[in-house]
Amino acid sequence: MPKAVDIRICMGTGGIAAGASAVLERFEEELSSTGVGASVRENCSRHNVGCRGFCARDVLVDVILDGERTTYQYIKPDMVQRIVEEHIVSGNPVEDWVVTDDYHNFHEKQVKVVLSDCGEVDPEDINSYKSRGGYKAVESVIGSKTPEDVIEMIKSSGLRGRGGAGFPTGLKWEFARKPESDQKYIICNADEGDPGAFMDRSIIEGNPHSVIEGMTIGAYCIGADKGYVYIRAEYPLAVKRLRIALEQAKEAGYLGENILGSGFSFNIKVKLGAGAFVCGEETALIASIEGQRGMPRAKPPFPAQQGLWGKPTVINNVETFSNVPYIVTKGPDWFSSFGTEKSKGTKVFALTGKIRNTGLIEVPMGMSLKEIIYDIGGGMERGEFKAVQTGGPSGGCIPKDMIDINVDFESLAKVGSIVGSGGMVVLDDTDCMVNIAKFFLEFTQRESCGKCTPCRVGTKRLLEILDRVTEGKGKSGDIELLLTLGQDIKDSSLCGLGQTAPNPILSTIKYFRDEYEAHINEKRCPAAVCKAMLTYTILEDACKGCTLCAKACPSDAISGEKKKPHVIDQGLCVKCGACFDTCKFKAVHKE
Amino acid sequence: MADRINITIDGEKVNVDGGLTVLQAARRSGFHIPTLCDDDRLKPYGGCRLCLVSIEGIPRPVTACTTPVTDGMVVETSNDHIERLRRTIVELLLSDHPNDCMTCDRAGDCTLQELAYFYGLRDNRFWGERRRYEDDDLNPFIKRDMEKCVLCGKCVRVCREVQGVGAIEISYRGFGAKVCPPYERDLNCEFCGQCVSLCPTGALSGKQWSGKGREKDVKKIKTVCPYCGCGCNLTLHVSRNEVIRVSSEPDTINEGWLCPKGRFGYEFIKSPDLLKSPLIRKNGKLEEVTWDEALKFVSEKLGSIKEKYGPDAIGGLSSARCTNEENYLFQKFIRAGIGTNNVDHCARL
Amino acid sequence: MAGLATVFGSGAMSNSMPEIEDNDVLFVIGSNTKENHPIVALRMIKAIQKGAKMIVADPRKVPMVKFAHLWLQQRPGTDVALLNSIMHVIVKEDLIDKEFIKEHTEDFEEVVKAIEDYTPEKGEEITGVPAEKIVEAARIYAGSPNAGIFYTMGITQHSHGTENVFSIANLAMMTGNLGKASAGVNPLRGQNNVQGSTDMGCIPNNYPGYQKVDIKENHEKFEKAWEARLSENIGMTATEMIDSAMKGDLKAVYIMGENPAMSDPDIEHTKKALGKLDLLVVQDIFLTETAELADVVLPATTFASKDGTFTNTDRRVQRVRKAVTPAGEARDDAWIIKQISGLMGYEMKYDGSEDVFNEIGTVWPAFAGISYSRVESGMGVQWPCPSKDHPGTPFLFAGGFPRGKGRFTAVSYREPAEITDKEYPFALTTGRELFHYHTGTMTRRVKPLDEISPEAYVEIRPEDASELSVENGSLVNVSSRRGTIKLKARISDRPGRGVVFIPFHFKEAAANVLTNTATDPICKIPEFKVCAVKVEKG
Repeated sequence: MPKAVDIRICMGTGGIAAGASAVLERFEEELSSTGVGASVRENCSRHNVGCRGFCARDVLVDVILDGERTTYQYIKPDMVQRIVEEHIVSGNPVEDWVVTDDYHNFHEKQVKVVLSDCGEVDPEDINSYKSRGGYKAVESVIGSKTPEDVIEMIKSSGLRGRGGAGFPTGLKWEFARKPESDQKYIICNADEGDPGAFMDRSIIEGNPHSVIEGMTIGAYCIGADKGYVYIRAEYPLAVKRLRIALEQAKEAGYLGENILGSGFSFNIKVKLGAGAFVCGEETALIASIEGQRGMPRAKPPFPAQQGLWGKPTVINNVETFSNVPYIVTKGPDWFSSFGTEKSKGTKVFALTGKIRNTGLIEVPMGMSLKEIIYDIGGGMERGEFKAVQTGGPSGGCIPKDMIDINVDFESLAKVGSIVGSGGMVVLDDTDCMVNIAKFFLEFTQRESCGKCTPCRVGTKRLLEILDRVTEGKGKSGDIELLLTLGQDIKDSSLCGLGQTAPNPILSTIKYFRDEYEAHINEKRCPAAVCKAMLTYTILEDACKGCTLCAKACPSDAISGEKKKPHVIDQGLCVKCGACFDTCKFKAVHKE
Repeated sequence: MADRINITIDGEKVNVDGGLTVLQAARRSGFHIPTLCDDDRLKPYGGCRLCLVSIEGIPRPVTACTTPVTDGMVVETSNDHIERLRRTIVELLLSDHPNDCMTCDRAGDCTLQELAYFYGLRDNRFWGERRRYEDDDLNPFIKRDMEKCVLCGKCVRVCREVQGVGAIEISYRGFGAKVCPPYERDLNCEFCGQCVSLCPTGALSGKQWSGKGREKDVKKIKTVCPYCGCGCNLTLHVSRNEVIRVSSEPDTINEGWLCPKGRFGYEFIKSPDLLKSPLIRKNGKLEEVTWDEALKFVSEKLGSIKEKYGPDAIGGLSSARCTNEENYLFQKFIRAGIGTNNVDHCARL
Repeated sequence: MAGLATVFGSGAMSNSMPEIEDNDVLFVIGSNTKENHPIVALRMIKAIQKGAKMIVADPRKVPMVKFAHLWLQQRPGTDVALLNSIMHVIVKEDLIDKEFIKEHTEDFEEVVKAIEDYTPEKGEEITGVPAEKIVEAARIYAGSPNAGIFYTMGITQHSHGTENVFSIANLAMMTGNLGKASAGVNPLRGQNNVQGSTDMGCIPNNYPGYQKVDIKENHEKFEKAWEARLSENIGMTATEMIDSAMKGDLKAVYIMGENPAMSDPDIEHTKKALGKLDLLVVQDIFLTETAELADVVLPATTFASKDGTFTNTDRRVQRVRKAVTPAGEARDDAWIIKQISGLMGYEMKYDGSEDVFNEIGTVWPAFAGISYSRVESGMGVQWPCPSKDHPGTPFLFAGGFPRGKGRFTAVSYREPAEITDKEYPFALTTGRELFHYHTGTMTRRVKPLDEISPEAYVEIRPEDASELSVENGSLVNVSSRRGTIKLKARISDRPGRGVVFIPFHFKEAAANVLTNTATDPICKIPEFKVCAVKVEKG
């Protein structure tokens, strides 16, 4: 009979999507008086924890038996009974379901700072955070250190903004500290909008108190008594946990009036964004909080001088704030021991695409792309590695032959991409680079606020050119037109969105010009992605005449007698690929 | 007033007010920088991007309209790179414009047309989809042709910043961004027409003057509004002895702003109801007579009443809508010509 | 204007429009600025954007309230009580400008005595404005370096209009808000040249330039200048003329560009009086309601066919220029006056309007420095401007008041001449709306304006309407002791409980059928802003 059992279930959005709620429910049932674990229920505690990164293996469940941790993967509700029976009651882990080596490999090379408590603490319980050293930073700062000292500490840690631009955080705080003002604000930018990015969401879902603590220290440094978390309304779980955390922090005296008896007061409001990508741009975000349409304005003046309601304002993103308490408690030297000369600390990335270990990772700045993809990411899922797209719609593609590149601010910028907020999409040989560029352009064009001409009309025209290229209607000169227009848009747009929108095109042309040329000159999509240029044919030798493809075809383009090779009428074919997917004999050929 | 500072524009040293933007400083020093979205009376916007300039020490081109001048600043208003960007911007705008200058009211008075001319943009590298909007008829004053809108945002800003109303805003995103009232429906408008006066293209115009004459056809006469006491300066656009439009200049007491009466309320000038002939009541009915008859009748009748009952049996009511000169003459006539102080006007009404 | 002239020795807006944007406090009382002086309102909005605070005092929730920091909703006709209780707080909290009072004014003690009883609580009782708002208004107004008061007919068109003006003047003087930029006492003039026609002496007691007719030197000066014998008696005001005509004493009236049969209070009374005249001459651009009663109608031209000058609300003389030739036989007013005068033996020979203008400068020193060439620009020149090299005067009283010291005038609250009772339970207040002007002769002939605002209406609060079972848009009869009109109800949260508002632009339902002829004893202004009416389903 075990003395203490702690069951931790990954209940980030990814975990919940994989069925974590039902798993938790099953644990509750099995550990109730009528369940198989009735006998041990007194000793068992169950916790939600936030994302622990390896989303591909959800639902992940930790069973900690007298301090001995066993992690299960791919857990479904019907597996819970056995775990309770064999492991919790009888003490024999269900070895079949325990995570394998690659789970440990995934974590081994990571260095967790902001994610160190994610997946460990219960995000809805402040005491859980405190038990791991939470709010020690606030306690050590407020009333004991001067704001100048703390700013100095952040500066010497080398922390740079994790939202994309990489501006030194300490310096930003210093700029906002300097001006005299009756009112200052601190804003946490949680308007994470890059397609495929979920770093900030996971941090808030997994450890909201670290963000609150970081903001409070920031507010103390610049002299703000009001703060906002601007967060997407599409993140309901993050919003819920953030609100709970704010409530608890206030109750515990870490927020509100006269914090820890120091005379310093600070309150945080949650402001929901309506899902406009451009509101991640700081001046647009400010406009949105002020109740106006979220449109950027020219800088200077920078928000640190004139921000929200015209007052000095610091805007940092979630990950930046979350780093702060760790820097304060463990010291700037500890923090700057990670990373490169100019890019200190770690960075969280959302690793997605054609990679085996999809998930959330945190690595020291400067780790090579190769290590990330092969050692942590476990390599390609199926195809052959082709490129990595970093930095989301503002970023670029890094081709195969640059896989040894170090991932830090400077190195990525040098090859035409960016660290950005941390999106990392791995592409393989089935990805068409023109199509990838088009995907991001569609996104930025749709999300352009419409204020400035180059972004509003220019990205539309870029998209139209990409459209025709992918439709096999590209004209000679289109590549040059994309390059000149793209450069003009970069040079003349108002905000970061427009200034970086052409990056996916420019970098794919730079490294994959041959693919563009194939589309335009040969009307051929080398990755066989662009529908208009595909031809589906049935290989006579391979076809068994099973008729499945003919049944699947929505346009009756396939004909043939049973047990004899079938034929596709190219005039009727709509290139949907249904036959390709249906054929069990690989008899449908696509090119 | 900020201190005066020295800056260099296109190699020329100029001394300017330190509180200005680069655009303002350049304009006041006689340098031309193109723009669609700037107006001195509105807050800097930086939307159209045409006023991009190069400033020494700043790697990217910056918009002159949003950049404050600083002492020693070296500005270049034009170079190959900047002209290339401006040209691309105009070309992009034209690629989404009806380009129907032949029938547009604003031909000859259109910033976009001038820019197209300046850059010689007959061809366009970017022809593509064009925004298409149905005509809508929400009001009797303002004609909207949103396909001609260049999203400069002046209308939106003047409505909010100057008029304090905020009846319109940019809605939708991306290429589909459009200026409209909330939900394209709930128009809370005062019909001051400030937006119309600022529109740089043919997107907004007045229904009353649409099709009545273009810039080259009109003679402009400056005068003062006949309505309330604000004394707004009006510019009457006259064509064929008809006032076809009213506008106002920024360098006036009213800063170029008008109200619906001032801007749209001029039709009475050519009303068919205007009196065209003197009338005398004959057999209980007012009948047309000649001036000679009317004047003789009035003077004789006034004369005989004055003789019979004395001058104080006559009174005169003057008008707050007549000129100073007419009022002066009127009271002089009543006082010196009739001989009574029975003269008043409607100051109390 | 008579009120201000009594206090300061000159009656006009003390400050000018461009200064408004630099006020620290704007106290707007009895003025629906956004609708009736829209361009002044824009300057006020600019001031607020620059950080100014605005107090609006109005029985109706006029559009300006949206921009105000504080709205005082006084009952119609209770302005004196409101102002006195504001002053009570200012004196009690010692927010007065002692030095200004000592240097520039007299009789302050009398006002202190008169307002002693007007505690904020008493103010609340009379006006309906909560006492704490009165206190707050006092602190805002008196607590800033530059506070300007802006008012219009909501202050003056009362049987105690002059007393209202005295109160305003008292308030401005005790806080030293006169004689400097961006402050002052600012009556906003409602018609394009109402300032000009007063300046030009179209008032029975003054020659041009506020020179009193009953002062011998003035009389002699003008007899000499005009080469004519002039009457030494003060003449009749417009309202007195109507009464005199009614009695049969006044025999002839020559009306140039006015429409009293629409704009006077109790217009049935006015029409009857005009009907008794031996001769009614009306000179206008349209066949107005008054012209229809005339014996002779003389066709004049619109402003677009005239050369001359207008003087706007901030004493700014600006050029009017001829743009089109007039229709038919219409002639400009000056031509007509000169013809009649000539036929009656008093020749007036001038070489165009500029010649007339220059003569004005010879009889009124404050105009002497202004010439057509100086008012070419869009900014005009503001009188007083005594010499060619004088820049004009943006704000008055920089060197003290024309009469020497500003005189405080103790004023006590009096009820309006007609108050509500069981039979006539609503207080009616009248005024203009954004899309029309005065009696509507011009704006109602402008299609889009008439389209956007085609008909008369009475504004009534939802609570009052529901008690009467009146719905939005339904026809009602509004009656006073003088008459009845039928018009549509417009349910609105603008008026307070028990208050209704009717614009006076619409001849089909002329508000002035209902209004009271009671006038202010000093300046004879009628009480358009309050009378008792009843509202019944039509």
